Amino acid sequence: VNDGRARVEKVVVALTGGALAVFLALPVFALLLTISGQDFSAGLAHPLVWPALRLSLTTTAVTVLLVVLLGTPLAWSLSRSSGRFVRALEIVVGMPIVVPPAVAGVALLLAFGRRGWLGAVLPPALAPSFTVIAVVMAQVFVSAPFFLQAAISAFRRLDAKLLLAARSFGASPLRILLRIALPLARPGLIAGAAMTWARALGEFGATLMFAGNLQGETQTLPLAIYTALESDLRAAQALSIILVLVAFAALLVVRSSVGVDDNRGSSP
Amino acid sequence: MSKYGDRRFSALGSISAEVSRKTSFAALAALTLALLGLVDCKQPERSQEDRLVVFAAASLRDVFGGLGAEFERAHVGVHVAFNFAGTQELRAQLEHGAPADVFASADQRHMGELSLAKRVTAPVVFARNQPVLVVARESAAKIRSLADVPSAQRIVIGAAEVPIGRYTLQILDRAAPTLGADFRARVEAHVVSRELNVRQVLAKVRLGEADVGVVYGTDANAVPDGVAVVAIPPEVNVIAEYPIAVVGGAAHPKLARAWVDFVLSDTGQRALSRSGFLPAATVGKAP
Repeated sequence: VNDGRARVEKVVVALTGGALAVFLALPVFALLLTISGQDFSAGLAHPLVWPALRLSLTTTAVTVLLVVLLGTPLAWSLSRSSGRFVRALEIVVGMPIVVPPAVAGVALLLAFGRRGWLGAVLPPALAPSFTVIAVVMAQVFVSAPFFLQAAISAFRRLDAKLLLAARSFGASPLRILLRIALPLARPGLIAGAAMTWARALGEFGATLMFAGNLQGETQTLPLAIYTALESDLRAAQALSIILVLVAFAALLVVRSSVGVDDNRGSSP
Repeated sequence: MSKYGDRRFSALGSISAEVSRKTSFAALAALTLALLGLVDCKQPERSQEDRLVVFAAASLRDVFGGLGAEFERAHVGVHVAFNFAGTQELRAQLEHGAPADVFASADQRHMGELSLAKRVTAPVVFARNQPVLVVARESAAKIRSLADVPSAQRIVIGAAEVPIGRYTLQILDRAAPTLGADFRARVEAHVVSRELNVRQVLAKVRLGEADVGVVYGTDANAVPDGVAVVAIPPEVNVIAEYPIAVVGGAAHPKLARAWVDFVLSDTGQRALSRSGFLPAATVGKAP
């Protein structure tokens, strides 16, 4: 009797999970498979493609670098401390995830725009809006919380006794972070950075609002896709396929590198 | 509270680990049943007879919203459902078989393509919209005519792929005889963004990020504060024509026809002109 029930449970679980997997996979495959080779190569030759791809790759690289450099110390301190203020701060820095991207763009303008808080201090010529700096700012704003969440929970999963032991042997806080916490939390940090990169690569709304849409300057791949969509659906599809393939390849590399690390088992 | 904070930032894996296997099975079973239930019920309680679906360009949102309420009062039991979006998006949706009764386009070209593909029948122009300059208040003293536009630091226009962007470039070209052959180039040298819809152009000027932009008169009409509106000389301006048509294979062709007639009627035309549209040349008394 127990055996039969276990089998039913297994089937139910597989069916339920399978439904979602199919739902998620179908549109991606439709995107990849409903385009002819001719249309795809025409899409590749579209004048919007290469400047946008180059801009997307460079800006997202800068974004991930900034987020990891600034986010790791923040996540570390948030994970080490407790108290109402720290909890509140943790929620505040996670907020950009729930803000709709176009609204995030408006918020960035209100803070850093020419009429925003910073605009009162900066000369108008130095306002970041409509520059590549604005592109990176928009990407950091919407994508940093993903790294922060992953890093905080990776740091929290560390064995407190290990850190305590290191402290009692006289290791400085910075040394504990660099020599013990970072290596142990590495898979979580890399996964978080990958999430941040993927989110930054797909970023559209805040960029359009805050950075505008100018080819070669602020037109990232998602903006180029939307621009192409206005005139030629097939070109937009070809561009989307490039975006999906680039993201897929990069995430596969990250996944496999983290996986290797896991199998080896990490020792400080 | 702090417990909540922990949960919020814990990895998905640890959440599922917290849940015992038994509850997760029960939850999955319940979810499966719920999904099956959703698939099963085919909403028979409401007939589709009385639902008129109107696809309309985003710039028609305010006027059509008001007209819709009036239409519903005149046709008891009818509900007008709108889908407002960029004309190009609506066209793509129609080409992929979206169920609609009426299509009102901000642009002749997209309507023409749909007409060629036999997705719509007999489009007629029901309104016209003239582009204007909107100027941020900081620059209002400096930019008082089309000729002043190149002196702006930051200009925002529509992308060439969207109607307002195409009209803007046509206007710049048509200004060449009076304002100089290099007028378009002088303007484009200061373009900092080519926006994907007209409301984005307006938003950038309203927020003061751009000094000047080109939008439809109706958009400027919708936000009378915060920006100065400067007319474009009629001899260089390009007037946008808005065609409307019944969609081929409409579920309610009669109601769709009634909606088109209503928009072309005096009531419809008055509402359009209140929103800043020009009357259609072939309708009404205007020359």
